[in-house]
Amino acid sequence: MNGVHDMGGMDGFGKVEPQPNEPVFHEKWEGRVLAMTRAMSANGGLNIDMQRFSRESLPAKIYLTSSYYKNWLLGLQQLLVDRAFVSADEVEAGHALRPGNPLKHGTFTLQDVNRVMTRGNFDRQAPAPAVFKLGERVRAKNIHPQTHTRLPRYVRGRVGVVELIHGCQVFPDTSANGQGENPQWLYTVSFGSCELWGPDADPTVKVLIDAFEPYLERT
Amino acid sequence: MAHDHDHRDDHDHSELSEMQLRVRALETILIEKGYVEQAALDAIIEAYETKIGPRNGARVVAKAWIDPTFKRALLDDASEAINSFGQVSPVGSHLVAVENTPSLHNIVVCTLCSCYPWEMLGLPPVWYKAAPYRSRAVKDPRGVLADFGIKLGHDIEIRVWDSTAETRYLVLPMRPPGTEGCTEDQLAELVTRDSMIGTGLARTPSETNR
Repeated sequence: MNGVHDMGGMDGFGKVEPQPNEPVFHEKWEGRVLAMTRAMSANGGLNIDMQRFSRESLPAKIYLTSSYYKNWLLGLQQLLVDRAFVSADEVEAGHALRPGNPLKHGTFTLQDVNRVMTRGNFDRQAPAPAVFKLGERVRAKNIHPQTHTRLPRYVRGRVGVVELIHGCQVFPDTSANGQGENPQWLYTVSFGSCELWGPDADPTVKVLIDAFEPYLERT
Repeated sequence: MAHDHDHRDDHDHSELSEMQLRVRALETILIEKGYVEQAALDAIIEAYETKIGPRNGARVVAKAWIDPTFKRALLDDASEAINSFGQVSPVGSHLVAVENTPSLHNIVVCTLCSCYPWEMLGLPPVWYKAAPYRSRAVKDPRGVLADFGIKLGHDIEIRVWDSTAETRYLVLPMRPPGTEGCTEDQLAELVTRDSMIGTGLARTPSETNR
């Protein structure tokens, strides 16, 4: 979706303002939100693509004006309701009122914690050989799906070069909708700054994105 | 009326309380439904607050500075190299290390959300997740570096890695001058979080003494 989350190349957001000695969490509740999100993912409830899509789908005004972890809470809450783990009246009541959808992996317990601290593996068996080769020129498709995609707007229609081939991985565009892993080849594609931002851009800059095969076409 | 006065002064606190209440409500529901154990949530938070942080990445960078074989392995397959190094907690798949040189500077961003090599650097700082960095890093990386007080000459190529999939990028910063006699532990002290994102440089020994 062409949401406000897709920020690459936008102007008007001001300077980057690092905070010295920033704490890991600014408020206690932020950690709870992070932990709940991780836990509901590890127990098979929600995958990472669903989580990202849920946050992107928040109203633009909310997305831009809420703190990072507030967006996480709103995204998590909506997703839990959408996937029938929790219902809206329970959120209102602050208590469980009825059983929710069962989990694939059961309750997330203390024994599961170490497992979530190491990232999962997104590699999958390749259904077909890779279409593009290292060094090949490719064009990012000019597509505008209304659903989740990881192809940022600023590269669409632009030509780049395949720099890395990562193998075949879970495809976020279908995984986010619960439509399955649908593994696709993943490439790193580099774009010259002038190709992206016009002839006045800094020619000493290259931007590299990770792009799934369905995002790309031959030039 | 003192009571009303307290309430007005306490505005920020009330806002926080509202968030605390909302989060507590959701947590209560998840626990009552048997989806999560409270102690497991506590343990995740404790791990991010105490165990997982840029110290992990710094140890890896310091090792790469003193051991060329490890450095080659790291650039070849970072996840595998780090797991066989054994000095930091295990890392999952899809980690890629990119090396800064006198003619090339790497910067990592996630324009679409906040992807970041958590296992190496801990949770990302607010600026990394916020609109100014996410919007500008891909279009004006030299301007962003200037916000961090870094000026790179135009003879240096800049590569901006936008983390749009599950690959995670770790910048291997250049070893600072004047560190020839340093031990691996001393070198690790020079490796800042920002130097591994590409928005900073590793410190020199005199900078750390300041």
